[in-house]
Amino acid sequence: MTSTFDPAGGIVSTGVSIFADALVDQALDVSRVDWRPPMEGTESDLAVVATDPLRPEANAKALAAYLGVQGNLVGVAPAREVLGLEKGQFLHAGPPLLWENASGPMRGALLGAAAYEGLVDDPEDAEALFVSGDNVSLEPCHHRSAVGPMAGVVSPSMWMWIIEDPESGRRTYCSLNEGLGKVLRYGAYSPEVLERLRWMSDVLGPVLAKATADTGPVNVTSILGQMLQMGDEAHNRNRAGTLMLMRDLAPAMVQSGFDTGDLAQVFSFIGGNDHFFLNLAMPACKLALDAARDIEGSTMVVAMARNGTEFGIQTAGTGDEWFTGPAQIADGLYLGDYGPDDANPDIGDSAITETAGIGGFAMATAPAIVRFVGGTVPDALATTRRMNEITLGNNDRWSIPVLDFLGAPTGIDVTKVCRTAILPQINTGMAGAVAGTGQVGAGLVTPPAEIFPKALKALADRARARQ
Amino acid sequence: MTGPAVEHVELRPGAYADSVALLQVSKDVAAVDGVVAAQVAMATELNLEVIAGMGFDVPEASPNDMVVALRVETSEHIAPALAAVDAALAASRRQPSGSGEVTAPPRTTGSALSRGDAGLALISVPGQSATVEAMDALEAGRDVMIFSDNVPVAEEIALKQAATDRDLLVMGPDCGTAVVNGIGLGFANTVRPGPVGIVAASGTGCQQLLALLDHAGVGITAALGVGGRDLGADVRALSTKQAMRRLDADAATELIVVVSKPPADEVAAELREFASTLSTPVQFALLGADQPDLTAATEQVLTSLGRDIPSWPVWGEAAQPASGLLRGLFAGGTLCDEAMILAEGALGKVWSNIPLDEDHRLGSSLDADGTVMIDFGSDEMTRGRPHPMIDPTIRLDHLAKVSRNASVGVVLLDVVLGHGADADPAATMAPAIREALATAQADGRELRVVVACVGTSGDPQGLERQAQALAEAGAEVHLSNARAAQRAVTLIGSAS
Repeated sequence: MTSTFDPAGGIVSTGVSIFADALVDQALDVSRVDWRPPMEGTESDLAVVATDPLRPEANAKALAAYLGVQGNLVGVAPAREVLGLEKGQFLHAGPPLLWENASGPMRGALLGAAAYEGLVDDPEDAEALFVSGDNVSLEPCHHRSAVGPMAGVVSPSMWMWIIEDPESGRRTYCSLNEGLGKVLRYGAYSPEVLERLRWMSDVLGPVLAKATADTGPVNVTSILGQMLQMGDEAHNRNRAGTLMLMRDLAPAMVQSGFDTGDLAQVFSFIGGNDHFFLNLAMPACKLALDAARDIEGSTMVVAMARNGTEFGIQTAGTGDEWFTGPAQIADGLYLGDYGPDDANPDIGDSAITETAGIGGFAMATAPAIVRFVGGTVPDALATTRRMNEITLGNNDRWSIPVLDFLGAPTGIDVTKVCRTAILPQINTGMAGAVAGTGQVGAGLVTPPAEIFPKALKALADRARARQ
Repeated sequence: MTGPAVEHVELRPGAYADSVALLQVSKDVAAVDGVVAAQVAMATELNLEVIAGMGFDVPEASPNDMVVALRVETSEHIAPALAAVDAALAASRRQPSGSGEVTAPPRTTGSALSRGDAGLALISVPGQSATVEAMDALEAGRDVMIFSDNVPVAEEIALKQAATDRDLLVMGPDCGTAVVNGIGLGFANTVRPGPVGIVAASGTGCQQLLALLDHAGVGITAALGVGGRDLGADVRALSTKQAMRRLDADAATELIVVVSKPPADEVAAELREFASTLSTPVQFALLGADQPDLTAATEQVLTSLGRDIPSWPVWGEAAQPASGLLRGLFAGGTLCDEAMILAEGALGKVWSNIPLDEDHRLGSSLDADGTVMIDFGSDEMTRGRPHPMIDPTIRLDHLAKVSRNASVGVVLLDVVLGHGADADPAATMAPAIREALATAQADGRELRVVVACVGTSGDPQGLERQAQALAEAGAEVHLSNARAAQRAVTLIGSAS
């Protein structure tokens, strides 16, 4: 034996076909790599990162840290209490954003939130406040351990889900889902939007807080595993998850002593909103991904988020730095008379689900929605397989029956994205470009390609500096 | 052709096919009715030069764009020519086998390795992308052969250090030949099993050894290529040592032979020291002015093993001496090195693109007043273009050019057989030799062609058939490159 090579196992051939052909001529089993050139200008950074001695172990550690976390729902409370938000402080989705760069739906959501907090009577009056910047501030949800769907605007009076890692006690947060259509997170701020928000603060939040406290921790990670088996991909479809949550909380809600009329309204609101569970899926994903942060040498993506203007990513090996590019318009189906001209560029922290390996990455498990997000069933299966080419591993806790129980492809690797030019697939809703419009459709979107070479360069520079 | 030709040049950003596939596409399209000239290539600097050289207006492009350049008789021929481009491109893409299952083909070496239990990876992507693919193999605990050249030396060292740390073997970069567990990788000859284990920092040097040993009836346990720079002062024989350890641990290997282009002196000394710590005897065949040539080294191997030394075969005979200069046109770098070393003793300094001393480096004209030997397989000649052992075009063009040069008396060529190489090199080389001889004769000159044909009877091309065809075209054909070079020198020397 003069090598580790056993001819029975065959050979992988990457590159020109004649050498693979020559091996076939010698009766060998040859696996051909469908190799293409990497993203332009990334070759030398890829070589530096590939030969970085820290990388293999750092990535293994990042993936293991992510996989090791289970998220428990442990409470519901106002943002002012759990995030320390004060009057005039607003959180938003995506990477850091200035008011002057904010898109229509982001502005709409902020105007509505300002009115909801009583800073102004009419949302339109809040514009001057944000322009002046006096007594108001904007900050990404991600910087306060939170995630926000679509505009992701969080203000002090909004109630938040609290997800906790029982091992470390770390917590993440997300607001309560408002439903579909004309809602604040899609940039709508009409009186009925604000009225619904007040009902959520006055009734929904307290009911859920009491029920959650009485029920005890609910394992959200485990519900996610079950919903994937039931046809949800936990980004654009959360029907099974929503009902399982209600099943868990209903007994305590019934015994909570709240007015039965209020309770009926709560049940009806949750039952009528298939996206209700999304706001638990998102912080559960963030909780697990945050465990992989700050591991020098790791090329794993720990956050993908959009603010309606820019798309940003963060990696395990580059601290809190955001790598950003212009957010794209999704490709998909439109509600009513809306069309592509009405859509705002991609927005929301909900791509944290794809970062964690569900949503677009688990498309294969959700045939019920493939047409809604502009695809066919074979496309959906192929998408999940394709995402497997850019990830570090699979999450066996979240397995996909139709792909022979393949675990969700997990841990997007910046180097693999640059090498293959395969971009992460994201399932998303589309907000109207004009403030106040609300949702106009849903579809598929990818990050702007250039942010991955940017992140790769930062990783390569750190590796060079270490040498 | 009735009227002026019509040109059509288009860029296809993001399209990609490897250089060999595109060579075939260009060839297929050029054969289509109404097409005067066709070149489909990735827009590397070199390819753009070629396309400009064909008289096309070349647009601004990046190396990730595919260029389709067509010259057709009339504008009506554009559409069918483009259809032929698409058909040829489609034919070049192999679909993964499988029945309707929704799979995505592996896009990285790591992905392919994770899907099965392949024991080895063979990388032949462009050099600037080879390191990351090779690292996938090492991380998966597999040996890797890197055929690609133009890999930065710092990356080579990093890869080989990573392999040594994991007790794995990196063959290459720029490793043309290996035989592992009886399987030929890259350009490799079909040889029998036997007692010799070869470590080669030289692809064609290894092939010469394989061919001569095979003729002598001696087989090998393995031929582990390590890449041309492994014995240089930077890499310091990282892979050579690893390969020697492997062969030393192998009970079937009775003798280890290390073959290399001229190594760094201190590395050679260090290796001899290292060899003395092994239990298997080691014989060095390190080319150099005062070192035995590869044929002499093979004879030493045979002697060490107690075998008889056979007579090395010759086909045809270039009986008459010829006056003038010697031109060597090689596909194999080591064969070129060996010929230069042998010629220098008799004819003085040799000009080359891989010169023995920097004072005699050829300029871009590839011509000089004196003995000239060119390695068409060297890094700068293969950037963005297939190796001359696959695509003979450039070398054959140069042979035609040399045949028109009145000062040239003898042309020395190598033809290397084996897996991976041109399926029938004599099919293009023999007519080119015949043509060259006729050109010289028409000018009233005497030209001699001597060929080293490196191969075995088991090779897919068939040694005997290839050598016969070349001899019939008028060349004198040797199995031994050293003997061919000596013969070429003698032909010149005895005429002057």
